[in-house]
Amino acid sequence: MSSIANSIFTPETAARFDKLASIYPVKRSALVPMLLYAQDEIGYVSNAAVAEIAERLDLLELDVRNVLSYYSMLRTAPVGKYNVQVCTNISCMLRGGFELLDHCKKTLHIGHKETTADGLFSLEEVECIGACCWAPAVQVNYDFHEDLTPAKMDAVLEDYRAGRGKDVK
Amino acid sequence: MPTLVSHPDEVKVVSRRFGMGATDIDKYVELDGYKAVQMAIEQGPEWIINTMKASGLRGRGGAGFPTGMKWSFVPKVSEKPKYVLVNGDESEPGTCKDHVIFLHDPHAVIEGTMIAGLAIGAKLGFIYLRGEYRYLLKIVEKAVADAYAKGYLGKNIFGKEGVDFDIITQTGAGAYEVGEESALMESLEGKRGVPRIKPPFPAVVGLYGGPTVINNAETIANAPHILLMGGESYAKLGTERNGGTRLFGISGHVERPGVYELPMGYSMRKAIYEVAGGIKDGKKLKAVVPGGSSCPVLRADEIDVGLDFDQMAKAGTMLGSGGIVVLDESVSIVEFALRTIRFYQHESCGWCIPCREGTDWIKKTLTRFHAGGGNKKDIDNIQYLAENMMGRTFCPLGDAAAMPTLGFIKKFRSEFEEYLEGKRVEHPLIQIQPVGEPELAGAH
Repeated sequence: MSSIANSIFTPETAARFDKLASIYPVKRSALVPMLLYAQDEIGYVSNAAVAEIAERLDLLELDVRNVLSYYSMLRTAPVGKYNVQVCTNISCMLRGGFELLDHCKKTLHIGHKETTADGLFSLEEVECIGACCWAPAVQVNYDFHEDLTPAKMDAVLEDYRAGRGKDVK
Repeated sequence: MPTLVSHPDEVKVVSRRFGMGATDIDKYVELDGYKAVQMAIEQGPEWIINTMKASGLRGRGGAGFPTGMKWSFVPKVSEKPKYVLVNGDESEPGTCKDHVIFLHDPHAVIEGTMIAGLAIGAKLGFIYLRGEYRYLLKIVEKAVADAYAKGYLGKNIFGKEGVDFDIITQTGAGAYEVGEESALMESLEGKRGVPRIKPPFPAVVGLYGGPTVINNAETIANAPHILLMGGESYAKLGTERNGGTRLFGISGHVERPGVYELPMGYSMRKAIYEVAGGIKDGKKLKAVVPGGSSCPVLRADEIDVGLDFDQMAKAGTMLGSGGIVVLDESVSIVEFALRTIRFYQHESCGWCIPCREGTDWIKKTLTRFHAGGGNKKDIDNIQYLAENMMGRTFCPLGDAAAMPTLGFIKKFRSEFEEYLEGKRVEHPLIQIQPVGEPELAGAH
């Protein structure tokens, strides 16, 4: 049973939030994790999510928005079902990161932070994702795909399109 | 999943259990897991700290501060609770070593956290991973849950009356700045991850105002091994003042990129040419960024240097986070410098002016320069901007942006000058936008 009446989240997420708010020495510490879990469920951090999280942590909505706007993985608008995040930072750049990004732009017909018309894929150029020794690397949602080439990238996208891709949350 | 590669020259301490299924707690225990923490409980804080001091272990996050000494700075008596904070917010470009630790040996991080807690008298530890590592958080969360189930975490751990230790795990949500220790604390307290002014240092006033030890994940993962093998034995693996081994992530234009554990002081030339298999496709080496993107670049003729904190400093650069990025002859330093500064500009938290404005002006100037709109004053201007960022910011991000910039200009000035005259590499890596055009969507 959630501590909040009429939670916008599923009972599982609401229970997780109750727990998160109780484990830290100071409740506010649960803010970044809560925002991430809220995003996992809704697809982005909606106004309603901001309001509920603020209430749960005894914060102003402004406090929540301040934090929300700081972190690059948090977003305030929906993206596609699969967010394709192409790393072009130095190690990936040296092994074809930009080529991969261009390839994705061409095959998906979208640019940075855009979503395909069917809502399946979004594309994002991201900073280092910590897969330097397996470059070039791409994250689709939270899953890593390494040592890619344009051809391998096509296969990865095809897997997601066909519902065979990993989708860890 | 990242593939593991290995080489006969490796000395495996912290990577000893990689690829052996040690994410499973029973397997970890079978491989001497959770023995060190039980020794630590028996022997007490002084023994732990003395062993860590004897090991010569220096922080693996980049700064290289002696770990035993850091732990000894925490006041013995404190009104406020003490904490251990494990920095797994590994976001320095070129660095992916903690990634493999969390993937293959999460219990070593947990055990190390407990050892640090016992050393300083903390009952609560935090393991904070970068947001992009949420798939690894699942692995660490499961490991923590398994440790609780066995009675290794929680109240009266290992059946010892009055010995309690808890661990909370979480991730960030994408911010390089949060890797800086005071920004990490801010983030963990549910705020924007901007740095705090020091002093006071975290050892005295840290998380929630309590004394806090903050260590990099690799540093913490070394602790159990050090207690098991003895501080002196560990120290002997490395060089003077640089005890032990460390994980090096060798990436870029090498035949066998990977994370390798090598003794401190190991030759950089051998690391590149033998361990990582030499330059990809038989090309010539041009330059090496030796310890993550913030470290000043070395030219191909400067790589006869030992990989430890002191030798690297003597060579005018840094060991940093151990992320060795190798560039072959085809790379344009102008492009590489632009991509590097784009990162720091994107990640500056914007709190202090020299970093916020400096990174932005360098990026803008280099972007125009790269697009063919450069003039003779640009190179000096970039240098002037970078010099004026050095040492003038609250946290090291300003330096981290300025140091590589200065390095590129110092070591490859002629290439910038030739670029001005229209000389280009055969295969540019970044698309060139004509001067005056708006930036490409995606260029951030």
